[in-house]
Amino acid sequence: MTQLALVIDLNVCVGCHACVTSCKEWNTAGAAGPMGDQNPYGADPTGTFFNRVQTFEVGEFPNTETVHFPKSCLHCEEPPCVPVCPTGASYKRKEDGIVLVDYDKCIGCKYCSWACPYGARELDEQQQVMKKCTLCVDRIYDMSMDEADRKPSCVKACPTSARLFGDIHDPESVVSVAIRESGGYALMPEWGTHPANHYLPRRKTRIKIHEDELERADNPLKVDRQLPKPAMSEPTLDDVTTW
Amino acid sequence: MHPAFSVIFLTTFIGAAQGLFLALFTAQSYAAFKLLPQPDSQAFYGWGSLLALALLALGLGASFFHLGHPERAWRTATKWRTSWLSREVIVLPAFMGVVFLYGLAHWLDWHPVLVTLPSGLPVDPTAVLGVVGTVLAFALFVCTAMIYACLKFLAEWHSPLTVANYILLGSASGFTLAAAFAALAAPELVGFLAGWAAIITALGLISRAASLFRNARLKPKSSLRTAIGVKHPRIVQKAQGFMGGSFNTREFFHGRTVAVLRVVKWGFLMGVFVVPLLLLGFGLRGSAEVLSLAFAVQYSGLLAERWFFFAQANHPQNLYYQSIA
Amino acid sequence: MPTAQISSSPVQEVKTTTCYMCACRCGIRVHLRDGMVRYIDGNPDHPLNKGVICAKGSSGIMKQYSPARLLKPLKRKAGAERGAGEFEEIEWEEAFATLAERLGKIRATDPKKFALFTGRDQMQALTGMFARQFGTPNYAAHGGFCSVNMAAGMIYTIGGSFWEFGGPDLDRAKLFVMIGTAEDHHSNPLKIALSKFKRDGGRFISINPVRTGYSAIADEWVPIRPGTDGALLLAIIHEIIATGLYDREFLVQYSNAGQLINYNESSDEFGFFVRTEVPTEEACYEPQDKLWWDRTTDRAVVTHKPGADPYLLGEFKLPDGTPVKPAFQLLHERVKEYTPEWASQITGIPADVIRRLAHEMGVTARDQRIELPIAWTDSWGKEHDTVTGNPVAFHAMRGLAAHSNGFQTIRAMSILMSLLGTIDRPGGFRHKAPFPRPIPPCARTPNDPRAVQPNRPLDGMALGWPSDPDDLFVNDDGSPVRIDKAFSWEYPLSVHGLMHNAITNAWRGDPYRIDTLLIFMANMAWNSTMNAVEVRKMLNDKAEDGEYRIPFLVVCDAFHSEMTAFADLILPDTTYLERHDVMSMLDRPISEFDGPVDSVRVPVVPVSGDCKPFQEVLIELGTRLKLPAFVTKEGARKFRDYPDFIVNWESEPGSGIGFLAGWRGKGGEKSLRGEPNPNQWEMYKKNNCVFHYELPKSYQYMRNWNKGYLEWSQRNRITRYAEPILIHIYSEVLQRFRAAAQGKGLSRKPPEALKKRVETYFDPLPFYYDPLEAQVTDKHQYPLAAVTQRPMAMYHSWDSQNAWLRQIHTHNYLYVNARTALQQGIEDGDWIWVESQWGKVKCMARHSEAVEPGTVWTWNAIGKAAGAWNLTPDANESQKGFLLNHLISEELPGTAGRISNSDPITGQAAWYDVRVRISKVPEGTQSAGAGETAITAPQFEPLKPYPAMKERSSILAYLGIKLK
Ligand SMILES: Nc1nc2c(c(=O)[nH]1)N[C@H]1C(S)=C(S)[C@@H](COP(=O)(O)OP(=O)(O)OC[C@H]3O[C@@H](n4cnc5c(=O)[nH]c(N)nc54)[C@H](O)[C@@H]3O)O[C@H]1N2
Ligand SMILES: Nc1nc2c(c(=O)[nH]1)N[C@H]1C(S)=C(S)[C@@H](COP(=O)(O)OP(=O)(O)OC[C@H]3O[C@@H](n4cnc5c(=O)[nH]c(N)nc54)[C@H](O)[C@@H]3O)O[C@H]1N2
Ligand code: SF4
Ligand code: SF4
Ligand code: SF4
Ligand code: SF4
Ligand code: SF4
Ligand SMILES: [Mo]
Repeated sequence: MTQLALVIDLNVCVGCHACVTSCKEWNTAGAAGPMGDQNPYGADPTGTFFNRVQTFEVGEFPNTETVHFPKSCLHCEEPPCVPVCPTGASYKRKEDGIVLVDYDKCIGCKYCSWACPYGARELDEQQQVMKKCTLCVDRIYDMSMDEADRKPSCVKACPTSARLFGDIHDPESVVSVAIRESGGYALMPEWGTHPANHYLPRRKTRIKIHEDELERADNPLKVDRQLPKPAMSEPTLDDVTTW
Repeated sequence: MHPAFSVIFLTTFIGAAQGLFLALFTAQSYAAFKLLPQPDSQAFYGWGSLLALALLALGLGASFFHLGHPERAWRTATKWRTSWLSREVIVLPAFMGVVFLYGLAHWLDWHPVLVTLPSGLPVDPTAVLGVVGTVLAFALFVCTAMIYACLKFLAEWHSPLTVANYILLGSASGFTLAAAFAALAAPELVGFLAGWAAIITALGLISRAASLFRNARLKPKSSLRTAIGVKHPRIVQKAQGFMGGSFNTREFFHGRTVAVLRVVKWGFLMGVFVVPLLLLGFGLRGSAEVLSLAFAVQYSGLLAERWFFFAQANHPQNLYYQSIA
Repeated sequence: MPTAQISSSPVQEVKTTTCYMCACRCGIRVHLRDGMVRYIDGNPDHPLNKGVICAKGSSGIMKQYSPARLLKPLKRKAGAERGAGEFEEIEWEEAFATLAERLGKIRATDPKKFALFTGRDQMQALTGMFARQFGTPNYAAHGGFCSVNMAAGMIYTIGGSFWEFGGPDLDRAKLFVMIGTAEDHHSNPLKIALSKFKRDGGRFISINPVRTGYSAIADEWVPIRPGTDGALLLAIIHEIIATGLYDREFLVQYSNAGQLINYNESSDEFGFFVRTEVPTEEACYEPQDKLWWDRTTDRAVVTHKPGADPYLLGEFKLPDGTPVKPAFQLLHERVKEYTPEWASQITGIPADVIRRLAHEMGVTARDQRIELPIAWTDSWGKEHDTVTGNPVAFHAMRGLAAHSNGFQTIRAMSILMSLLGTIDRPGGFRHKAPFPRPIPPCARTPNDPRAVQPNRPLDGMALGWPSDPDDLFVNDDGSPVRIDKAFSWEYPLSVHGLMHNAITNAWRGDPYRIDTLLIFMANMAWNSTMNAVEVRKMLNDKAEDGEYRIPFLVVCDAFHSEMTAFADLILPDTTYLERHDVMSMLDRPISEFDGPVDSVRVPVVPVSGDCKPFQEVLIELGTRLKLPAFVTKEGARKFRDYPDFIVNWESEPGSGIGFLAGWRGKGGEKSLRGEPNPNQWEMYKKNNCVFHYELPKSYQYMRNWNKGYLEWSQRNRITRYAEPILIHIYSEVLQRFRAAAQGKGLSRKPPEALKKRVETYFDPLPFYYDPLEAQVTDKHQYPLAAVTQRPMAMYHSWDSQNAWLRQIHTHNYLYVNARTALQQGIEDGDWIWVESQWGKVKCMARHSEAVEPGTVWTWNAIGKAAGAWNLTPDANESQKGFLLNHLISEELPGTAGRISNSDPITGQAAWYDVRVRISKVPEGTQSAGAGETAITAPQFEPLKPYPAMKERSSILAYLGIKLK
């Protein structure tokens, strides 16, 4: 069984929001659109987005880590948002595990959003139906596109390629390899939702330098007589003792 | 959660209606066993059922305001296998139908004996409808409550106490209403109904207090550590990714201070329990005014209680929406 | 979304062009449906961004259809006060006629009374040429207020720079040190490279008072106090030299480290290199006529003498008795006092961290050397089998540049990079064509006021690279010729001008009054001006005679910006999707490390309303004014329009040098040079709008001294000379100015009042000094440094009209270290006053653990004037947003009167020097008036929408389409 998902590499995400607006842009004009905006030019502008990038500070100065954290629907393998939907508008596709909303069935009761612990669903104020990340289902199977383009819009956009896309049930897929090799983890595992999307943690590279690596035979100071041998006339033990 | 008035009205109206129906049928059952005088079928059961129906209709009407697409509401019946909301949507009209038939049978004074129980008790259509209605009333309480109680990460709701509260508070308000109504339509039942109303209110107080007690001691299972998967005791959100608000900030936050919450809590404890209990005590002697006041206070209290019920529920998604910047 | 509806994509047509949501210039594909833009993604076939795109680029649609767009030429309503925003629509003919008449008169009398300043544009080659043809010296682009320190500091040291001229080779680097960078121009490419670098196991260190963006993913964050990087870098140099971790071989061969300097204090030649003979020919390159002290023969020899190897350290005496020292010895002496302990006091970085940084750099450079099997020949004819490199790469931007000690700090950094042996080598810094250039590059401004003559082009370039005091553009009494005082003794190496002082100077009439100021694509009444409150008054100010002090103000903008409000005439520009543009080799092309790249924009949608590309405006005006470049000898129009101009213009008749390097020659068969090709635009279009010339591998490295490359570059007229470009560890150019200030030599001398200043700052070796503002500030009164950062999802001021981007940044906070804030009783979210010596703003505070305790910061240019950008007057940008610029002065009190708040060498605007204090706004006084909600201060009269702008909608369900 296929379970498509995104894997987001927090080790390289710089919080640029490219995935946010490219998602909006694709989806507002695509099958999931329009994604309305209210007060676009006024106070407190707000609108429907499928993907948001947040920022967290971890630790205290000077040992602070700033973590940029993109979040969209995680396409849970046990999605609590689906069974609660009274209309069947929310569903999980058998063939690829994508969780979708059928806008024509949705009554806008918002119940599914209550059932999502991740805050991944947004009611479109204009259309009054529930929306969320579609994993760009209208791109990834669109045979009229080049194969390279058959990827979610956010994945294509991401300048740091922090967003990987693939089948987490295929152990050889890029996403499975990344999860396995880079310590991929799921959000809020305590709820048993088994999110398909995973996150890769920060990793650190350090350099270890040994004291004796600094001074070596090829030290250029020697050429310029700066690390000379001591002068013959300088005092030694020979001057003060005998054995 | 952001308390939605449509849902507050829905649950309180239908709760009262369910309670009222239960009160009617309780009275009928007691009367059948000759433990109570038999009130006038039309004036008490007929009008009483109509009153319940009216409340149900109001509740149903309010619920439509919660929907983005009320015209598609019929679709909600399809997922009863998995969705408590869907079940509620099925049970509610079924219950309304039974209440209607029950009222109608009483109105028409239609009491043909269908069977006679071994104890010699004759069973007429109103009795059958009453039993079915009672089952549905409880089912509806459970459905409504389970809509909330089934959400396991809403810890404040995820408890049998939620179901108990819905049953007890709905019943209490219904019985109080029934007592007030009886003061007009069947004075002989006032004491009985007011007494039960007081008992259920007291039980409600216990169960609601228990849930308050429980909720005050809840330790959230999710934290920023699990929310973003970084293991560190000090994590603070600096930006939620947008500044002018979103569905996630509007739907899941009540936006009120702790002080307001405290006031509402004490307000509803007074309004739902303490004051109605006192008034019911006074009303035992049959004053329609006092009993109506008791209901009005209790119902208002329930609005506050329901508001608090939503406001107190702390959704884990809120962890992701902590800071505008 | 039922599965059935998931059918083919909703797009009908795809066109490629170049993004301009920022200056990075990525290749994009614009997907159109029914002629409307639907989706913009990165062009996978573009060398720069390789298919990725950023938040801004993806929001281009919202720019294209923004209701803030200006759609018609406007003139200030008769009788309306300037700045009131009262305009009436006019036709282009009237605009042109007005301009041609006014400018014609100026040109015929005193061309310098016309000033042209341009902001974050990418067409300086054309605007500069227009100004020169007009005959005015008063032209500059944004460089002076942007990052000229970075350009000048590095170009005067290594002949190339970061910014758009070169960058870190993260493909091969092992250690990457990023200093004072938040976003930069190389936006997407840097992100691509950074993630690849990290994934390949590279170590990334960020030196920055703030940890956000790129710094967030650094392996180590080194928080530093603003303005003190010079101290850090000098201490690192100290440690590198003390431990012998420098690349001696590299310094000897490719820098002036071993060259002997006259150390006879009484001599006029003191501080200058000793030369073998005076060069006969005045040419723009450095002759190889200096001396080394050879180790083997123990005497002075001409540099690069085969077999010779110079001492880098020591003191020597020439046969004539002149004491001499190698440049490196002087550097060694200079940094002696600059110990890590000393720097620690200044920077706030522990001394052992400084030492460790030095060791990491030095050991990585030394022990992880890269060797590529690429044969090349150096300028001295020596053949090398390999190209080697030391994999330590640096990148730095305005965190260093935007300080008044930035030039010397950047010199220190360039020298550190050179000590590590990382210049144009794999894994280090790499040049991009047309760099490297000689030090300094050859372009010169005139040095004589008589270069400005009525009805004549300026005799020289408006901007250039002085190499000694005689290159300054000053009057006979040493006073400035230019309105911004660039190339004067106040800021001798102000190679990009001082746009930030143009308005103040013109208002004051110092050095003189001007008549017409044309501002293109710069928001000089708001975020790109310092001291915005006062400058806005100056723009409106009238002299005693009732005439505006700046009599005629023309603004070419695409949007309803704060600046346009002050215009007498508004010229509505197109958007980037509607016009032709070139990113030319004559300007700042998008070249890659492996060779020159230039690119174009082509219109993908029709022009909106009555907009006109500014390029067309210039060509039309030039033609009407009969500027020689635009008309035939007989005075007839030479170019139909801008595309025609780009194809056919040549630097000189038959030179084969034009704006575009690709597909030249009649049939497009030539590159770089060649006759005009009538189909050039078509060919660019067919090739993703980009021309990429890949150099042979052997020409891709060591280009300062790569004979093959330099000769190739000479053949293609990228440079005039093919002489080696030695790194200036010791800057003789600076010494020339210093000597003049000391009264030595034959060149011009600074006016008395500036002597001390020039002598102090024109130190031929980098040194550390307190930023100028700190020198005139009581640091106890103003204990905090205030800086801004670029948000990745906003471009300066121009994206707040963008409905999507403004949801991400709709207002801003001042970030304060939590402990610093709590000391003042300031809680997270509190309203605070931020005060500098020059002004105060009211805003909201946010606690942060990711900022150095002595620094406060905010996002740049989020705050807006009420009503501007066609936002509602209650929009967050103006009510909750604020501009730090109100706290920053464009001038500082000096011993010799007011002086620009700029680097004393380059005139770089010292944005990040400002010192502030913060205090909580007392409870109950947060609101501007009773009953009002809290808003930021200062506030301005709300700007009204102009005629011919679209209505702003309150709901956007933009581009929604129903699929069948
Ligand atoms: N406090 C503080 N101030 C700063 C800085 C800082 O770091 N801190 N940074 C400084 C720096 S480095 C810079 S470069 C400046 C940038 O400042 P500016 O150069 O002023 O840049 P913007 O404000 O983005 O844009 C200028 C104008 O260009 C207009 N515009 C946008 N697109 C087009 C177009 O296609 N055609 C035309 N004609 N106009 C267009 C916009 O509407 C806007 O009015 O800001 C400087 N100001
Ligand atoms: N998205 C986006 N991209 C842009 C722009 C934009 O507006 N938006 N603007 C473009 C323009 S015009 C320019 S000039 C470039 C500028 O690109 P950057 O130079 O990257 O831009 P700034 O935001 O000025 O970044 C300055 C950084 O230096 C830090 N800093 C300040 N003072 C010091 C100091 O004394 N020492 C050190 N070590 N660090 C310090 C600040 O915290 C900040 O992180 O960006 C370009 N790219
Ligand atoms: S993240 Fe939320 S909306 Fe998405 S599948 Fe999981 S529970 Fe459902
Ligand atoms: S809002 Fe729509 S998708 Fe969500 S539960 Fe209700 S009907 Fe289902
Ligand atoms: S997969 Fe598609 S819908 Fe989901 S966040 Fe990415 S761009 Fe948006
Ligand atoms: S586009 Fe990539 S780097 Fe940028 S915020 Fe999204 S995931 Fe992070
Ligand atoms: S980095 Fe600049 S040029 Fe590139 S896509 Fe983003 S806005 Fe456009
Ligand atoms: Mo800039």
